[in-house]
Amino acid sequence: MLQELTNLSITAQEGLMLYEDMVLGRTFEDKCAEMYYRGKMFGFVHLYNGQEAVATGVIRAMRRDHDYVCSTYRDHVHALSAGVPANEVMAELFGKATGCSKGRGGSMHIFSGKHNFLGGFAFVAEGIPVAAGAAFQSKYRREVMNDPNADHVTACFFGDGATNNGQFFETLNMASLWSLPIIFVVENNKWAIGMQHVRATSDISIYKKAAVFGMPGFEVDGMDVLAVRQVAEEAVRRARAGEGPTLMECMTYRFRGHSLADPDELRPKAEKDEWFGRDPIKILAAKLLELDMATEQELKSIDKKIQTLVEDSVKFAETSPEPSPDELYRFQFAEDE
Amino acid sequence: MAEVTFFNALRAALDEEMERDPTVYIMGEDVGIYGGSYKVTKDLYKKYGDLRLLDTPICENSFTGMAVGSAMTGLRPIIEGMNMGFLLLAFNQIANNAGMLRYTSGGNFKIPMVIRGPGGVGKNLGAEHSQRLEAYFQAVPGIKIVSCSTPYNAKGLLKSAIRNDNPVLFFEHVLLYNLKENLPDEEYLLPLDKAEIVRSGKDVTILTYSRMRYHVLKAVETLTQKGYDPEIIDLISLKPLDLETISTSLRKTHRLVIVEEDMRCGGIGAEIIASINDHFFDELDAPIVRLASLDVPTPYNGTLENLTIVQPEDIIKAVEKLLGNKI
Repeated sequence: MLQELTNLSITAQEGLMLYEDMVLGRTFEDKCAEMYYRGKMFGFVHLYNGQEAVATGVIRAMRRDHDYVCSTYRDHVHALSAGVPANEVMAELFGKATGCSKGRGGSMHIFSGKHNFLGGFAFVAEGIPVAAGAAFQSKYRREVMNDPNADHVTACFFGDGATNNGQFFETLNMASLWSLPIIFVVENNKWAIGMQHVRATSDISIYKKAAVFGMPGFEVDGMDVLAVRQVAEEAVRRARAGEGPTLMECMTYRFRGHSLADPDELRPKAEKDEWFGRDPIKILAAKLLELDMATEQELKSIDKKIQTLVEDSVKFAETSPEPSPDELYRFQFAEDE
Repeated sequence: MAEVTFFNALRAALDEEMERDPTVYIMGEDVGIYGGSYKVTKDLYKKYGDLRLLDTPICENSFTGMAVGSAMTGLRPIIEGMNMGFLLLAFNQIANNAGMLRYTSGGNFKIPMVIRGPGGVGKNLGAEHSQRLEAYFQAVPGIKIVSCSTPYNAKGLLKSAIRNDNPVLFFEHVLLYNLKENLPDEEYLLPLDKAEIVRSGKDVTILTYSRMRYHVLKAVETLTQKGYDPEIIDLISLKPLDLETISTSLRKTHRLVIVEEDMRCGGIGAEIIASINDHFFDELDAPIVRLASLDVPTPYNGTLENLTIVQPEDIIKAVEKLLGNKI
């Protein structure tokens, strides 16, 4: 079922927080593209433009530094929403020693233990069971170790392509079987590189697949951060209360190619234009203005603040040291701190 | 001292460590109510409950991924591979996430987990159930590989593996579960990275591990009667290799025979030979002799099956040929 936004239950302050979070995601990614083309970052870089409402809508409905977030190879923005500082993510993309993964990981391996950000998984679907493991841990601490503070919720993000992989089905089964405190967030952007979702799956409605496991599944407008947030809040509540997992299928679109190395020749122009017309940041901005929750001036000053923050992250990354060759092996084993 | 079977030595290690640390739990196929295919976890669920003896659905890759996620967040999972061969299905999670995640995360997360279970060639189990994964996994950075061979070392090594903060692949052997040995009543731990000198000798070093230790011992009975004095070393740690113990022995014997049950092609022995070539080539007075399984799927037929793995007579012949009349 497509979840209609029934009532707007946010304050102006929350509205601006969501706006700022999405602008941070967009601005950061645009800067990444610029730095990639200027030869400052390397390898495969997958940008999140267009999908911001999903990360912001879900992660900002969770408890920062308490709940867990698990991502994919398109992970920069999930990390930022989870509270990993832009400086550390940018420095990681530059391959620097000050990066959140100390220059060992790169774009597809963003991690931050401090922020309960579990990664950064470069192969499709492999993060899904890992996220379920974090959720199992919370249940275990609560029920075996009698830890009342172990009421964390884990949000597990992945794309439509991952939902054809066995790890998706296997993990949904176990999460439901053991009633794990987890939210499965499908970012259905219609394309797995060049494989169109409709060509890859027998039943294109991913949210319906939840029912097979006795799990609630929702189709959500992934371009409307308030719609995402509304469904996420209920999913978070259920998970925290021990009522089990939820699957959210967020209908969204990536505004750039699969990665910066993808010529993006297969997606039809008409399809792209239609989705470009539904820019989630513009949608939220219009709504905040319409409801008198913000002024143009306020939104512009947020844009400016974020622009500065992202520029600063580039300066930080540029001036940070490279990892020392003497420390090539460092962090391989637990004994290396 | 009390006489304990191999599987009960492992069970005691699990029980003691679960008693000691509430974050330790066991997951896998039929580890709970069924008690494990080789009874290593028999009745532990009665003591620790069904979350600490987690019976999983048959989905190796995903439950291994779950173990990784729980280890990243502070638990200490022990996976039982009902048969270690099944973990080929979990290769991705073992290699990418158990093995490499600590490094790719720049030290953000520890992955304290043990993956244990029966490997090796059994009796008429067919090709898929007779695999030796240790060689496949030795190329994965970030994991330790341990192979136990006696009730005594199985217990002490498993306890150390559980306490280790790194992912440890812990190989048992399907044909050794019923061995018996007197074990100390008091607690003991054994180092994961030290080879065991099974027999001291001066004429030749025989490196082996797992069940082949017993084929070597059998061969050495005959060889000693014939006047040879071999040194037997059980590798125990397949990754990293205990090159110190190996080189100390080589400096004494200057001759080496490797006896392994894994495949000859790309095996643990191949890696040992390469390492010795790199570090201790000058110690050798003769080319290294390698006895390993033949590069063929393990056949069902017992006669054919025996032909694929090293037999005690092969070891006797190899040592005699290598030493000739040098004694």
